Amino acid sequence: MAVSSAAVQPRPSILSRSLSLLADSRNALGFGFMLPAAALLLVFLTYPLGLGIWLGFTDARIGRPGIFIGIENYQYLSDDAVFWLSVFNTLLYTISASILKFALGLWLALILNQNLPFKSFFRAIVLLPWVVPTVLSAIAFWWIYDSQFSILSWALMEMGLIDHRINFLGDPVNARASVIAANIWRGIPFVAITLLAGLQTIPQSLYEAATLDGASRWQLFRFVTLPLLTPIIAITMTFSVLFTFTDFQLIYVLTRGGPVNATHLMATLSFQRGISGGQLGEGAAIAVAMIPFLLAAILFSYFGLQRRKWQQGGGD
Amino acid sequence: MATIKKTKRPELDEGGMGYLQSLPRRVVTVYLPLLVFVIVLLFPFYWMTITAIKPNHEMTDYANFNPFWVVHPTFEHIRYLLLDTSYPGWLLNTIIISTAATFLSLLAAVFAAYAIERLRFSGARQVGLAIFLAYLVPPSILFIPLSVMVFNLGLYDTPFALILTYPTFLVPFCTWLLMGYFRSIPFELEECALIDGASRWQILTKIVLPLSVPGLISAGIFAFTLSWNEFIYALTFIQSSENKTVPVGVLTELVRSDVYEWGALMAGALIGSLPVVVLYSFFVEHYVSSMTGAVKE
Repeated sequence: MAVSSAAVQPRPSILSRSLSLLADSRNALGFGFMLPAAALLLVFLTYPLGLGIWLGFTDARIGRPGIFIGIENYQYLSDDAVFWLSVFNTLLYTISASILKFALGLWLALILNQNLPFKSFFRAIVLLPWVVPTVLSAIAFWWIYDSQFSILSWALMEMGLIDHRINFLGDPVNARASVIAANIWRGIPFVAITLLAGLQTIPQSLYEAATLDGASRWQLFRFVTLPLLTPIIAITMTFSVLFTFTDFQLIYVLTRGGPVNATHLMATLSFQRGISGGQLGEGAAIAVAMIPFLLAAILFSYFGLQRRKWQQGGGD
Repeated sequence: MATIKKTKRPELDEGGMGYLQSLPRRVVTVYLPLLVFVIVLLFPFYWMTITAIKPNHEMTDYANFNPFWVVHPTFEHIRYLLLDTSYPGWLLNTIIISTAATFLSLLAAVFAAYAIERLRFSGARQVGLAIFLAYLVPPSILFIPLSVMVFNLGLYDTPFALILTYPTFLVPFCTWLLMGYFRSIPFELEECALIDGASRWQILTKIVLPLSVPGLISAGIFAFTLSWNEFIYALTFIQSSENKTVPVGVLTELVRSDVYEWGALMAGALIGSLPVVVLYSFFVEHYVSSMTGAVKE
């Protein structure tokens, strides 16, 4: 490889020598290489994060900077039934959707891991709900859930299972179930494909050895697949929980928090109060109130992962 | 050089112990559930497509027309969407914004990932962890302070508001993915180059980057898709109709009062989904393997 080098040139000037010294220093070069990413993230991520926490302590409105009012926003929210309803909704939404997404996603991953004809075709198809913009698929669900012309109602009525149309989005209980179902629909592919990737790293010989030892199919799953899959399950479900907890798009399209706030999540309430209502301070306070939950979710999965590693006798 | 290209992982599940299962059993445990999954996962797309080409009188007349089929397909909704609404403009906006944000993020991410993974400057591990944590910060808690910033910087209602804010979730993601990819390139190659007198810059541009083209492609596709699908920033930072992106435009401009034009809505959703679907269908194998690389720590 013919590579010209500063080091072999005769009598390099002070400038070029210090430049090449700089280029050889891992720290200086590392700093330079990190600069673009760090600048973008510090300005548009770290600073807004701090600004958001600050805004939560002010009475800022759109077009007015606002002054420091201490924890007044939080005091107000703690007496606000709608806020607590949104917290409840968010937890319900996150927990039920995540559990079902995990169960169905794992099932689908196990199926796709079998020796199937057109394997890559099925994998590609299964990914579709995740690839398509959420808002656009949510609009399709909006039409599927239409109160008058819902295809689901029609199909169930044709089959004679129900005798009147289901009011999918107009009734609190139905609306919650409907948005959770739509979220699961969108979330399954991500869980399935990531777990499938994990399943493929498990050596087939382990299954053969266990089978020779007389393990049943359930035992194969319980004592070979599951332990080896745990680290990936932890990562996948952390992401899944985080994204479900902070979900905004699906609710905004399908119900905008209605009926009677039954499907308001913290993110949609924050948008409604902060942007639509113009109360930036209050909206920011609601957003900040999500942070403890997010931290809890991250720590939970992190320590869950650690414990598993230790159980398997692996190092840290 | 071909030898050190990432070799395709041998398909460990090829066949496996599947032969131990009888066909009827496989039908019940594998094919039937798979069929149900595929039908449920694909139905909304089918419904989207069929609605987009269904004339209005058929759309709501379930008594005379089977809703699962279309008797007189029409391109009326698509024509209306493309000629009588601002849809083409939104498509163009989305393409410009997604492309710009992707390039910006990839550029920043390549350098960051290389520095963290290979330069190993002091504190590289901590920076890597910080980048990972940055990915966990959701847009839902950033959009209010960012809207204040965007307004104060005079970027409100311009494409730059989105081009500059999308990297907040693209850079951490791409960096993380590329770190995994760079890790798979043998150290020895770089050491050889160093002995031959190559500078760090030459190593990056002549050795590492050419070898990581597949990683760059998947990071680029991911970033493009994520920007294409982004909603909350686009909804908050853009006001005028002509600056909107496809997801926001379809939702806010095509839904007028009580009359839902479902045909046009579905056509808008369908056409807005096509670019990312086409991108993925070309690179899906890439995608699955790079996902494995990123996940397998």
